[in-house]
Order: sequence, then structure tokens, then C-alpha cells
Amino acid sequence: MATTITKHETLVGTSIRRKEDPRLITGTATYVDDIQMPGMHHACILRSPYAAAKIRGIDKQAALDLPGVVAVYTGEDTKDVGPVPCGASLPGLRVPHHYILAIDRVYFVGHPVAVVVATDRYIARDAVDLIEVDFDPQAAVADPEKALAPGAPAVHPEWPDNTAFTYLQDGGDIDAAFRDAEVVVKERIVSQRLIPSPMEGRGVVADWKSGDKALTIYTSTQIPHLARTLIAMMLGVPEHRMRIVAPEVGGGFGSKLNVYAEEALMGFVAMHTGKPVKWIESRRENFTTTIHGRGHVDYLEMAAKKDGTILGLKIKLIQDLGAYHQLLTPAIPTLSVLMMPGLYRFKNVHAEIVGVFTNCVPTDAYRGAGRPEATHTIERMVDILAAELKMDPAELRFKNFVGNDEFPFATATGLSYDSGNYAAPLRKALEMVDYDKLREEQKQAREEGRLMGIGMSAYGEICAFGPSPATPAGGWESATVKIEPSGTVTVLTGVSPHGQGEETTFAQIAADELGLNLDDIVVQHGDTAIVQYGIGTFGSRATAVGGTALYFALQDLKAKLKRFGGMLLNSDDVTLGNGVCVCNKSGKTVTLAEMAGASYRAMSLPANTEPGLMATHFWEPPNFTFPFGAHIAVTEVDRDTGAIEVKRYVAVDDCGNIINPLIVAGQIHGGVAQGLGQALCEIAVYDDDGQLLSGEFMDYAIPKATTMPWIETAHTVTPSPVNPLGVKGVGEAGTIGASPAIVNSVVDALSPLGVRHLDMPMTPERIWNVIQKGVQS
Amino acid sequence: MKHQVSIKINGKHYSHEVEPRLLLIHYLREVVGLTGPHIGCETSICGACTVSVDGQAIKSCSMFAVQADGTEVVTIEGIAANGNLHPVQEAFWNEHGAQCGYCTPGMIMASKQLLERNPNPTEDEIRHGLEGNLCRCTGYQHIVNAVKAAAAKMGA
Repeated sequence: MATTITKHETLVGTSIRRKEDPRLITGTATYVDDIQMPGMHHACILRSPYAAAKIRGIDKQAALDLPGVVAVYTGEDTKDVGPVPCGASLPGLRVPHHYILAIDRVYFVGHPVAVVVATDRYIARDAVDLIEVDFDPQAAVADPEKALAPGAPAVHPEWPDNTAFTYLQDGGDIDAAFRDAEVVVKERIVSQRLIPSPMEGRGVVADWKSGDKALTIYTSTQIPHLARTLIAMMLGVPEHRMRIVAPEVGGGFGSKLNVYAEEALMGFVAMHTGKPVKWIESRRENFTTTIHGRGHVDYLEMAAKKDGTILGLKIKLIQDLGAYHQLLTPAIPTLSVLMMPGLYRFKNVHAEIVGVFTNCVPTDAYRGAGRPEATHTIERMVDILAAELKMDPAELRFKNFVGNDEFPFATATGLSYDSGNYAAPLRKALEMVDYDKLREEQKQAREEGRLMGIGMSAYGEICAFGPSPATPAGGWESATVKIEPSGTVTVLTGVSPHGQGEETTFAQIAADELGLNLDDIVVQHGDTAIVQYGIGTFGSRATAVGGTALYFALQDLKAKLKRFGGMLLNSDDVTLGNGVCVCNKSGKTVTLAEMAGASYRAMSLPANTEPGLMATHFWEPPNFTFPFGAHIAVTEVDRDTGAIEVKRYVAVDDCGNIINPLIVAGQIHGGVAQGLGQALCEIAVYDDDGQLLSGEFMDYAIPKATTMPWIETAHTVTPSPVNPLGVKGVGEAGTIGASPAIVNSVVDALSPLGVRHLDMPMTPERIWNVIQKGVQS
Repeated sequence: MKHQVSIKINGKHYSHEVEPRLLLIHYLREVVGLTGPHIGCETSICGACTVSVDGQAIKSCSMFAVQADGTEVVTIEGIAANGNLHPVQEAFWNEHGAQCGYCTPGMIMASKQLLERNPNPTEDEIRHGLEGNLCRCTGYQHIVNAVKAAAAKMGA
């Protein structure tokens, strides 16, 4: 239960109910589809029903003849718009030209072919059906391993091997590690394609003001400023005449950390029709055309000593890229290999990534973006090694954790882990489940013929993206703090929250620093016409990087406030705190409102001081942060149906200092739900022809209220030395910890049947088949 | 061909000529201007569009406006009384039952119906009662807490 503090006391560290909620719980928030403009048109997009086809011709006349249709545009009309951008670069990367509408060929089901603009959304949808496209279907390939096989259909005919890139990462001496190994375990582990599925799909409203030559695009995005730079380039609109607004955004999970064809397309339509236009993605479109996540096939080999000391890890990672590179597509698997060593000390790694084109929608960043895959593989391999050595999986982890005295720890992949006490969360999680007793219960259950499992994961993640040289687009963040003449405060942040609650947590930080009440602070974001340039919300970076920028802007402002306080108190010896400035000699005080009033009225000014109270800070982080934690899942598998019950779920996370425990709990719960979804029920299924079979919520199973177990949360707190707030980030932790904990648990449950590994999702059907095989063997 | 519909929405009478194929959710959002209910799937699975029609929580993306002719509709905008939040709204706020907020109006309407039918539900009953409403942000735990808290308050 939240407290409802409004009077001033220390707010950081307190569970305060959110400032953004009143508009959300009353239905008065404004999402993109809630925007109405006079004369606004509606757009609907004709999409390819084929995964691969040549376009022999398009006849749009019947659509144009439908009353209410304003225009129909095809790839021929939009071919001069710049390509959909890829911000990632790798040596030798093959980058197909990604037109916003197909020209003469389509590459995946859902590929946009034409756009209808009409006075009404129903008419626009009707008119799409009246466009005749003469498709010449071609052979398609939807599976990355099949795409690599000789003779596979070429996704892009100019690159018949379907290979977009290969990428190597080596650290230490992998050959020596395997030479010295007393035991080697191998496994093929799949991190299946997932569909991010925010409850709000994408949507765009574009508004062209011809007199000003100015374009405003309202779009459901996580990165309004980066989107502005890139869409301005695509459309040839000068950046200062382009405004992007991310209004209320109904979830993103990485899928809106992107720049999409439709954003530029709506800009094109508005500029060509002279009228505002709205496009709202249907759920079917969301599933077929918004980026997917994961899509790895990993071949792993782990070398170890008989005592359990891990020596090294080899990985061959086959990444299903889809048909194009979206903003970060090729970079995602490189994040996986960076985090491949997990929390462990071993220094020898060898990774080879093969990026493969398929006739599917592109993959890109989905909650965790490379780190869930990395954690899943390392945590599965540790359990496989433990089984091989007949060691307790907890003991094996304790044996290999980086030690507390080894920080900052230089990893085999070139990272510097900031701070940690890796054993602490696992120890705490084991205590919470009463591990020894639980193993006794398991023994008992097995004697009764029940399939009970105990599984754990000890995850590490890389967050707070990040030092700019290590990111594609700058990794700093910005904040502006304005103290208004009345003494109330406006914060402008460059991050772009869409559910994470920074309107509250940032207000907590500002209120504490300035000694104000929470209601005295308003946090604004998401509008490039209001907010200074920023990077956005993704990679658990908002508080660690954006919050730190805010912290430093507040320090600048406090220094200036103090000068005005000294002037008003006629003293050099003053202290600022609790919303007042005190003269240390006389004890006289002036309030923040009085100082603010004086700064704007400017009847007199302190020496070398300008009027007004506003500070902007751009903060460049010196390193990433590295949160960590341990999750334990206790499961029981129904022998007759293959159904898995998660009987207990314990999450102990260390995200550094915590600003608002209630919000942190919400992030963990939601993260675990997405990791559990991957473990138990979610998979994007394409058939051999590239048709998405799981194309609606009926067929793509995201967790429901009944799917979720009660999640028991706890924390250890190891502040990050990277930023003065000591925070690490928590947005993705739950997702990263959950899938290996649950899979390890179910593998443990089925281990009496000889099961050593299970791929996800562990649907009842899949598990039932495994049990049947085990029973027969 | 258009049809006349008369619907009482949040206590006010509305009368419009509508196409027979116009979905109730589009009528509410675009004709009446009540954008609280959202569209999440258009296939009656996600529940973001949940409103009350004659006291029954329904998914308004799967009902035509003409089918609602003569009914009484309540949306998320209509459940606070005299400037006071409904106890379910208050509980969603206190318990952090909303993150991105997109599913929230439907989730609150479904929770309200659940408590009308079962004023003192168990955790299991809450989860089953909300099975028709999807949330991608919260993992449902704080929503379950919110419904429990609202039940306690409404029963008090």
C-alpha cells in the first residue's frame, strides 16, 4: 500500500503513489488515437499477404473511385523518402535498402505496399480491399537455420547465403580453457522469437503546417528526439522544423525504441495532402509488422574442472534478423555475447554470431534485448554442468561468482562490472524458500512419483546505456530544471517514460534536493518542442542516466539559489536546505519562492549572476551499471497433462539504491511476467511459407492473471559507484531472471526421467511429449 | 443507410445517426468523444475496451453501436461520483495497479463488475474474474492487490 505524503520529508526511498495515475485511472490520458484534429484524414495500409513475392503491378483506381478516398500512395510515390534507418554498424554488415513502401518486391508478410488516405477510418479500410496488387509469389524461408542451408531461398536475391554479418568476440585463451578442461558440456539452446505486445500498438498522427513548412508527428515512441532526427532526414525536413510528440504511450518494451516506415509515411501523407492524418495499427499489424524480439539458436560448449571451476565458454549464436535491419537489429546479439560470462569469474570466451536474413518481420530490442538470451544460456549451461558433475546448482554458482573484493571486475568480454555482492541475493533467495527443507520435500515428492522441481537463476545485466562511445546514438541524458517565479518547479527530462513512473520518481529526487513538496514539482517529457534534446527510455537507463542528469541540474540550480539567498539575507554565510536559505549568523531565512521571485524580478542581482532560475545538464555516464540478482522457481509438472504449475516464485534483485519501492516492485512483477511468458507460453510461429500463425492474441499467449504465480520479492542493495544516486536500473531485471529460473526448475522436475534440457515455451503439449518419451525409455 | 441510436451514457442522453457497422467502441470514442475506453485488439480478447452496458461489463469492440440502442452505458469516465474517485480507481492508484495505463480503464471496469458480483473475492477468484483483461506491464500482482483493497474498502 502506498503512502500519500505531500508534506516535505525525505521522499527518495519511499513508496509514493504515482503522480501520473489520476489521468490513467479516470480515462482522461491522451494516447495517439485520442488525438482529433479538424479535417483530419485516416490512413490504412495495404500489406503483403506473402512472405516473398515480386510485385508485377498495382491498380489503385477502384480504391480512388470510392467516395471518401482522398489519395492512394504506392512505393513509386514514396521512393525518394529516405530508407528506414539502421543505427547499428558492424564490420561488413549487409544493409538492404529499406523503402517505406515496397517497390517491386515484398520480403515478409505485412510488408507495406500502399497507403489509402480517406475521410473516415472505415472507408480507408474498405478502400484497401479495392486495390489490386499483382503479386508473383516466390519461395520464402522463415527459419534461420534453414536459411543458412545450401540452396535455401534467398531473402535478398543479391545475397544468396542469407548472411547479413558474422561477428567474432574472443577473450582470454579459449583453446587453453578447453585443453585444461576435465569436463565439457554442450547444448543447443533456443531463445525463441517473441512478440513484444504492448497493449497499445503503434499509432501516428502527422500534421503539416505549410505556411511554416513545419511538420509535427505524434507517435507512440520511446525515443522522441532520436525519432525526430531520423524522420527529418528521411523526409528532408530540416530538423528544427520538425516536432515529435510522444503523448501517453501505452507500453513499449523496446518495440517502440525504433523508427518505423509508418512514421515517415504519415509525414509524407500530411505533406502531400495538406491535411492532418492518423494511422492506428491494428493488433494484427502489430504482430506482423512491429519488431519481434529474441530469435536465437545458440550452440554452447562449457569447459570446467571436476571441482566445478568453470574455465571457459564457446558459443555459436545464430540470430534470426528478419528481412531488414530496424534501428538496432544487428546490435542485439552483440549485447548477448557481451553478457555471456554472466556473474562468473571465468576469463575465456569465444563467440561467433551469424546474423541471418529470413522472410519475417525484423527482430530488435525487446525487454532485455540480448541479455535475457545471454542469461538464459549461461544459467542453463551452469545447471547442465551441475547435473553433469552431480553438484548442487547453488553450490556451483557460489563457487564461480566474481568475489566481492574483485570489483571493478574486468570481464572476458571487455566490460567493467561496477559493483556487486553476487552471492548475497542467491543466499537470500535460498533462505526465503528454505532450500534444504525444500530439497527434502522434493525427495519425498519424487518417492510419491510427483514431478517437483526447484530451479534458480543468478543473473547479471548491463544497464544504464551508456557511455556514448559504446552506443549507436549517444548514451548521455539531459535534464532541465526551471524554478518558476512562484517557486514551483518544472522538470524537463530527455527520457521518455511510458509506464515506468518517472514523473513520480524524478519528482521525488527534485523534491528532496530542493526541499519542496511532491505537488510543487511537475515532470514533463516526450515533446521535442518543450524538452531539450534527449536520448529516451530503454535499457533500464532512465533513472540511472536521466535521473543523474536531473541530479546535476539540481546541484547547479541550488548553487544559484544560494547566491540569491545570500543576496536577500545580505550574508555570505548561508545554508540552503528544506526549501529555505538560512543566514548562519542571524538565523534569518528566505523561502524558495522569495528567492525565485527575486531572481525573476531582478531589482538587484548577486555578483556575476544572471536573472532567472533554470539549469540544464547533459550527463555522460562513465560506465554502464550492472544490476544482478537471483530468482528461484518451485514448480510441479502434471504427469498426465504436461501442465506446469509454478508453486512459488522468489525474486531477489539488487538494482542499487531504490527511489520508490512500490514502482520497483511493479517493474519486477511485470518483468517476471514477460520472462515467465517466454518460458511457458509465448512463441512467434512462422510456417515454412513465412505466414505468421500466431498472429493474434488468440494464438499468441501472453500471460493472463491466472497464468501468474504470486511473486515474492526482496532486495539486496549494492549502490552503483557509477552515478551519485547509486542506482542501477530495474526495468528488465525480472524478464532476465525469470526464464532460466523456470526452465531450470522444470528440467529439475523432469530430471528423474532423464531430461537434461528443455526449450521454450514449455507448453503442456511439449512437456507431455517429453514425459511420454521419458516414461517409455 | 444510417440508423438512429439513443443511448444513455454516463447519465447523459445521446442520440445519433450511425452506420450499422459502427462498433460501439468507435461510437463512444469518436462520436461521443469518450476516449477512456481503449482499443487493444479488436477481437474481444484483451478487454481494454471494457464498458458497462445495462450493468454488464462488455467488450465494446465486439458490439455494434446499434446493438446498444436504448441501453444505459457507463464508461471509465462515468464511475467517479461528485468528484470522488470510485473505490476501485482509488485502489488502483494506491496499489500501483497501473503502469502504462492502457489496459487500466478496462481493467477497472472489469474489477468493478467483479466486486459487484462477489464483494469479497479470494485471490483466485480475482484472477479468474480478470482473465478476460490483458495487461502487459504489471504481471497482475498489483492489480490483484488493488481489487483486494477495493473490496475491503467497499465492504467497510
